[in-house]
Amino acid sequence: MAEVVLLDFWGSPFGMRARIALAEKGVKYEYKEEHLLTGKKTPLLLETNPVHKKIPVLIHNGKPISESLVIVQYIEDAWSDTAPLLPADPYGRSQARFWADFVDKKIYDQGKKIWANKAGEVQEAGKKELIESLKLLEGELGEKPFFGGETIGYVDVALVPFYTWFYSFETIGNFSIQAECPKLIEWVKRCLERESVSKSLVDPEKVYVDLILVLKKMYGYE
Amino acid sequence: MGKSEEVVLLNYWPSPYGMRAMIALAEKGVQYEYVSVDVVNNKTQLLLQMNPVHKKVPVLIHNGSPVCESLVIVQYIDELWAGDAKPVFLPSDPYQRAQARFWAHYIDEIFEFGRKIWIKTGEEVEKGKKELVDSLKLMESQLGDKPYFGGEELGYVDIALVPYYSWFYTYEQFGNISIEAECPKLVDWAKRCMKKESVNKALPDPVKVHDFVVMLRKKFGVDS
Repeated sequence: MAEVVLLDFWGSPFGMRARIALAEKGVKYEYKEEHLLTGKKTPLLLETNPVHKKIPVLIHNGKPISESLVIVQYIEDAWSDTAPLLPADPYGRSQARFWADFVDKKIYDQGKKIWANKAGEVQEAGKKELIESLKLLEGELGEKPFFGGETIGYVDVALVPFYTWFYSFETIGNFSIQAECPKLIEWVKRCLERESVSKSLVDPEKVYVDLILVLKKMYGYE
Repeated sequence: MGKSEEVVLLNYWPSPYGMRAMIALAEKGVQYEYVSVDVVNNKTQLLLQMNPVHKKVPVLIHNGSPVCESLVIVQYIDELWAGDAKPVFLPSDPYQRAQARFWAHYIDEIFEFGRKIWIKTGEEVEKGKKELVDSLKLMESQLGDKPYFGGEELGYVDIALVPYYSWFYTYEQFGNISIEAECPKLVDWAKRCMKKESVNKALPDPVKVHDFVVMLRKKFGVDS
């Protein structure tokens, strides 16, 4: 096995977090795709993440690490001599951790209310909640180019992958995130100028056609 | 960190999340002002101002600046009050740190499983019981033969988990189970932690927690 292996799924925003962090640190790794849409999980996944059986899993010198933000923090700690994702001061670090945790608590579930439902109460609630969350994040960004300041940091890495799912939310929910949160979209575009991000994120239209619509069919979310 | 500092903890006594912060502060020997907020009946202006995003306790306010989310608070305490032979909660090895973070994150789910037992009815309660016991058994297997999850000393995972010990009696009463029978080694570990002043001063009397939950159930209209 290669020294660094990432078990991942092409459309996962959680996997994209790990990809961006590894790229920022210049770490060479072997990418292994878990074909989640087949419904089958490989023995390697079940062995390396027996608790949750989910991707991403980072395997470094044979030792597995699970949970995307735990992985990003591990990458930060293990390759600490370059491109720090967290600030040096404890207070700055606490704020970065708080906002990354906020992204984890809100964005995926609120987005799911939109894509996994027909037009109606639940979907409307999801749209309202998602916009509220994104506006709060926009407020936290303020006038900074990135959440990390002059360069991308922990919160940028935690959040930007969800951009690849925005097109799906907007198409299914019939609304525009750009109209509601223009500064956030500008921030996304800035992030995409970095190779670590542009190479890690996938095409939003591909996510819609090859992932979200497929999931909707698979689970009967029509 | 010898200069004068103002440290305030906003908390409500039954909160296991607040207990984490209290244990961490006590372990580091940090003097602080405890401000109680009855989050069930009356969220104060101070809380809403210091935690506008979640409006929850605990909140650590250090020289006027708030830190929210219990695990974020514990890491902040660990990083800020370091050196001088103070205890260290997270190991220095990156892989060990990642394991500690993984388990602390997992532990947050345990509270949700336990919650099903006392707030839901019927099948949901049975589901909660199974999930709770399975997750406590998993933690027990992680502990192995070590005195603490942190090894020879209390660490990040111990601090994340031990507050739930004060809620075991509540789960047992509503769920009609015995956690000691299911997870004897884990209960031994909890009792070992309780011998430490930082832990036993932070954890409330389990019977008081039970009475608090009886009150909550009435408030939420759950049939007894």
